[in-house]
Amino acid sequence: MTDHTTLSPDEARAAVQGAIRKIVPDADFDSLGDDATFRSELELDSLDFLTFVELLSTAPGARIDESDYPDLVSMATSIAFLTRPH
Amino acid sequence: MPSLGADMDEGTLLEWLVKPGDAVHKGDIVAVVDTAKAAVEVESFVEGVVQHLLVEPGTTVPVGEVMATFGETGPAPGGAPAPAVVPVERHPAPPVHSPLVRREAERRGVDLAQVVGTGPGGTITRDDVTRAAEAASALPTHPRPVARPTRISATPYARRLAEELGVDLATLVRSDGEPIRAEDVRTAASGAAAVPPTPEPEVAHVFRPDAMRAAIAALMTRSKREIPHYYLATTVDLTRALDWMHDRNRTLPVTERLVPAALLLKATALAAQANPTLNGLWIDGSFVPSKEVHLGIAISLRGGGLVAPALHDAANLSVADLMAQMRDLVTRSRNGRLRGSELSDPTLTVTNLGEQGVEVVHGVIYPPQVALVGFGRVVERPWAVDGLIGVRPVTSVTLAGDHRATDGFTGSRFLAAIDQRLQQPEEL
Repeated sequence: MTDHTTLSPDEARAAVQGAIRKIVPDADFDSLGDDATFRSELELDSLDFLTFVELLSTAPGARIDESDYPDLVSMATSIAFLTRPH
Repeated sequence: MPSLGADMDEGTLLEWLVKPGDAVHKGDIVAVVDTAKAAVEVESFVEGVVQHLLVEPGTTVPVGEVMATFGETGPAPGGAPAPAVVPVERHPAPPVHSPLVRREAERRGVDLAQVVGTGPGGTITRDDVTRAAEAASALPTHPRPVARPTRISATPYARRLAEELGVDLATLVRSDGEPIRAEDVRTAASGAAAVPPTPEPEVAHVFRPDAMRAAIAALMTRSKREIPHYYLATTVDLTRALDWMHDRNRTLPVTERLVPAALLLKATALAAQANPTLNGLWIDGSFVPSKEVHLGIAISLRGGGLVAPALHDAANLSVADLMAQMRDLVTRSRNGRLRGSELSDPTLTVTNLGEQGVEVVHGVIYPPQVALVGFGRVVERPWAVDGLIGVRPVTSVTLAGDHRATDGFTGSRFLAAIDQRLQQPEEL
């Protein structure tokens, strides 16, 4: 990708929290922890996960392919993915 | 009040979306009704002009109750309601499927013309007759606007209120020809100016876990009491289907990507079309097949419970359309409103509990359907192909069948058809 814009860790965290809250409005990130698996802990099904990816894709520079999905399992891995230089 | 699924006995009117004088076509959304499971948009069964709305928002009424009257013209001027009124949920010429139903109606003294059919195509079932008979005996003085066209025009709620508060409806006849409403009665009862305005009812589904649980309990109990289930299972290799899907998704934006469930549902719909004795309803002792496959999808709701609304005519949707409609259905089940036809139409239901992590699900059939298909989680397993062992993504597919309608032979042919379809994903 030619777009080198990446998010800061704080921006990435806010983007992930915002996306998850649109799917699970009462998600409690404090008790969830950064390493919790979204899909099992928040009971996201495949359509919820697709919505999550869709919402994150609106962040700058984030073209997310299916092969990237394993990078989006938890808060920690998602932040790492979104802040990585593209 | 239409029956929005076999598990519904009553509904609460949340909102009218039409007013007297509005022209309505079949399928137009005329009201929003709250059930134990969801807020549901109710579609009109008839063409015509709305004459009177007989039920106030916030009122809970039993299935079969007249909620509105329709005519060829608008509301009659001068306070006299037009004599020819058609209840919104009544089929113009209610078909009766079986002689059993006619005999039952005769025995119980039920006028079939007044019964709301909840079977396929508005067919009157024995349950409908029973319900009508019970409703008549439980509410002997129940207002029947259809039967008494010349009396004072008032909503049923207004009538009850007037009785409770001792207000004479005759003194309240409105000059605009509208039926007398509850506010009019309240105003008359407590002196005009002193009455605070009635707050608008909340137009939203009130999630009641107990009611949801009770609705599921009643339906599933009925299923296990009435339906002799048989169960079959097979394991399907998804390598080709998933490879095809990943290839396709690579070139597409997120919004157009598929998930495996879309392929599983399409394969099931095509297999059901090819095995029509599993696609339909069991009504009054016999199987009534459905021409279209209206695939019910079991959707778990956050906070508990589930709904299984229909993907209409799923066999004739492209995979892309099916995917889009499935997303829409799931979103609306959880956050918005379903349509009445989506809740009452399913002819075969699929549960994809695998999303939650289990490998096999043996389902319970939704009466009056005769089969339920279950998909487990997609797992990688050693798999023999051409004498060699490889690691393949596989899923278990199960069928719960109604043994009154089909035998295991039909069921196994159906599961084999699902497998075959999934081996040719480009044909889906």
